[in-house]
Amino acid sequence: MGQITLNQVTKSFGETQVIPPLDLTIEDGEFAVFVGPSGCGKSTLLRLIAGLEDVSSGHIEIDGRDVTDVAPAKRGLAMVFQSYALYPHMSVRKNIAFPMKMAGVDQAEQDARIKKAAAALNLTDYLDRRPGQLSGGQRQRVAIGRAIVREPEAFLFDEPLSNLDAALRVGMRMEIGELHKQLATTMIYVTHDQVEAMTMADKIVVLRAGVIEQVGSPLDLYHNPRNLFVAGFIGSPTMNLISGAEAEQHGAATIGIRPEHLTVTQDGPWQGTVGVAEHLGSDTFVHVHGTGLAETITVRQAGDVPVRHGDTVRLTPDLSRMHKFGADGLRL
Amino acid sequence: MATKASRTAARFMMAPAVTLLLGWMLVPLIMTLYFSFADYRPLRNVFEPWIGFDNYERFVSSSAFWDSVTTTLVMVGSILAITVVLGILIALLLDKPIFGQGIVRILVISPFFVMPTVSALAWKNMMMDPVNGVLSHVWRFFGATPHDWLVETPLLSIILIVSWQWLPFATLILLTAIQSLDGEQLEAAEMDGAPALKRFWYIILPHLGRAITIVILIQTIFLLGIFAEIFVTTQGSFGTRTLTYLVFQRVLESQNVGLGSAGGILAVILANIVAIFLMRIVGKNLDA
Amino acid sequence: MARAASNRSRFGWTILAWIIGLILFFPILWTILTSFKTEAEAIAAPPSFLFFDWTLENYGVVQERSNYMRFLWNSVIIAGGSTVLGVLIAVPAAWAMAFQPTKRTKDILLWMLSTKMLPAVGVLYPIYLICIQLGVLDNRAALVFILMLINLPIIVWMLYTYFREIPGEILEASRMDGATLKDEIVHVLTPMAVPGIASTLLLNFILAWNEAFWTLNLTAVNAAPLTAFIASYSSPEGLFFAKLSAASTMAIAPILVLGWFSQKQLVRGLTFGAVK
Repeated sequence: MGQITLNQVTKSFGETQVIPPLDLTIEDGEFAVFVGPSGCGKSTLLRLIAGLEDVSSGHIEIDGRDVTDVAPAKRGLAMVFQSYALYPHMSVRKNIAFPMKMAGVDQAEQDARIKKAAAALNLTDYLDRRPGQLSGGQRQRVAIGRAIVREPEAFLFDEPLSNLDAALRVGMRMEIGELHKQLATTMIYVTHDQVEAMTMADKIVVLRAGVIEQVGSPLDLYHNPRNLFVAGFIGSPTMNLISGAEAEQHGAATIGIRPEHLTVTQDGPWQGTVGVAEHLGSDTFVHVHGTGLAETITVRQAGDVPVRHGDTVRLTPDLSRMHKFGADGLRL
Repeated sequence: MATKASRTAARFMMAPAVTLLLGWMLVPLIMTLYFSFADYRPLRNVFEPWIGFDNYERFVSSSAFWDSVTTTLVMVGSILAITVVLGILIALLLDKPIFGQGIVRILVISPFFVMPTVSALAWKNMMMDPVNGVLSHVWRFFGATPHDWLVETPLLSIILIVSWQWLPFATLILLTAIQSLDGEQLEAAEMDGAPALKRFWYIILPHLGRAITIVILIQTIFLLGIFAEIFVTTQGSFGTRTLTYLVFQRVLESQNVGLGSAGGILAVILANIVAIFLMRIVGKNLDA
Repeated sequence: MARAASNRSRFGWTILAWIIGLILFFPILWTILTSFKTEAEAIAAPPSFLFFDWTLENYGVVQERSNYMRFLWNSVIIAGGSTVLGVLIAVPAAWAMAFQPTKRTKDILLWMLSTKMLPAVGVLYPIYLICIQLGVLDNRAALVFILMLINLPIIVWMLYTYFREIPGEILEASRMDGATLKDEIVHVLTPMAVPGIASTLLLNFILAWNEAFWTLNLTAVNAAPLTAFIASYSSPEGLFFAKLSAASTMAIAPILVLGWFSQKQLVRGLTFGAVK
């Protein structure tokens, strides 16, 4: 009830092709996250699926039905926008009712669905307010409520959390995750934040310049990045990428080692000077300079490690966890 | 940023406005152009469809044309000078912290909303009348002989009336521009030791440059078409016949349509020269 | 400009500003005052400023003699009709230009503006002739239509600048929610743009009310609005100061009040968004 298939889809704005031919399938009930740096085409891709933009060529299918030329409203999708896009002149109740009103749902059914959605989203007390009187998080919930009541085949989220502050973002992330578990409806979620991608997704689609770099589960991407781009993009702090003589020793053009796979030791093979040590209590991030390997090597140590600016340290990589890349940037 | 369907819809939505304006522009303009090459005097039943550039030659070579061009230039130029200079001064004044600012503002902008025929008649009869006008009373109060404004200095009188009407427009736009000036810039200049006059000259005036240009261009467009003020005061006599009024007389009063149309086309060309500059500025602003 | 001015200089500026304000307003004030005088008092020398026998007589006479109400009604119909018609035509166009812009949108906007700059005398005779041919000289509907065309560029421009401030995502949301184009414009865009549309209506009503080229040249008796009514007083036989003042006051009072409300929009509307 919500399998979305993109078949050789391309998009050009004038002369510029922002999405070269692209194939992708999102399974029914899956939580798929499109992630990539800004300008990578992830929002455009979402808008193509939504029908807010035309594909330049190719086909889009929802549940095997070709919707390439179908109007957005007829695709059975609901979308939550970055700015929430609530109707400022309507109360929360009317905002949520709007798609049902457009679809001609009868009044009793409308009321029932609004009541249910409001209860699920903690909006019951706010139904008669205007969006302008709500906090960011509440507006976000209204936008989600407006999407839920349509009972769509799939939900589309366009960077929905980027206007919220950090604390609220974590909370909403969980709520959306739970919502997905409850509804078991297909969701496509666009973000530039790889943490959101890692925490929420069943399937992550990493995009760069309109091209899919890798598709896979969060841990799959973490453990087996297909290329340098994915390796550098997934994981926080980012993977240390080392090229040159050290990489050649391991038979690769570039080697990658995640900060958590390095240890500060007495006798490690790599040596450098501590630039900044960030003591978080639970973890310590040590930024090491002057190793001759890369400008900065970042190390993540569990717990509190007593290193300070200017200390000379030695590092030991966990070689079994090392990623090797060829000169073409692909995983060896 | 849209789909084929919405782009098609957009074209349909624009069609009525575009078609109407296109028709409004083209149909009469082509007719005027056509008449301007014809000897067309409907009252005498004369219609000779093609007489070449005779009308243009006659129109341009008549002293009335050159007088009207001079009158137009003097009138528009003086009104622009008066409204811009006074407009800047009044805008600066209204920007000061004064008591009852809102009311003063209303007093200052009111003339703009008075319909042209009313303001012309109010000035002609209430202010400038040689016997009963307020100005005559003032003159007499100071022991001077009242001035018969519209007879002795008709052009000046019309310039005063129209300046009065347009001063609010200039003031309001310049005031808006002044208020958009960053106050900290002026304070910085003050800290740097610039006295008030220099602050005006080096900071406020350059900031107003764009607004002044816009005031000049927009007013020019409207002022080139001044009609009612002349119509109800001097009827174009005593050296107050502008190009617009001359064309009106040729076309509707003496019904020499061919000759008047040639004048009309000249007026269009004249206005277009100004328009091009205005469009450049507005166009640039659209990109921003 | 949050600087504390000394009270003394503030006082000085206040007095100066009030003097200038009153001087500029004086012709209007004088006209209004004179309208309440008898004809004899209106031409008394020296004139009395406030201490005269206030009378409403002139208003009655003007109404009786000239059928003032008919001119007023014509003004309302012509200004109101042309403005409403213009907005109805301009809303879809402005929607298209604000939310579906193409490479040509800017050119179209500038071209529309250029039609506003066409001098009226350049097209006076053809319009006059067309009106005669169609039998609509001195006809209200014709003036509604012509003034609508005169102001259409300004209406489109004003609405365009207001619409551009509405985030496109909200309209897209409505499209996702199943709204048709009509729903989108009627239920979403228009209610959100109410302040902008109201300002547009207001300013263009004022402009149309005061329009005095076409209304003077294309009307005679039946369709003549207040502009023409007042102009008829310019002939010598109409020279009754108090009555002229009463007629003038009636012609400008409603619009003066509307005008005071529209001062902010005036700047925006008449500079085509170039000064905000």
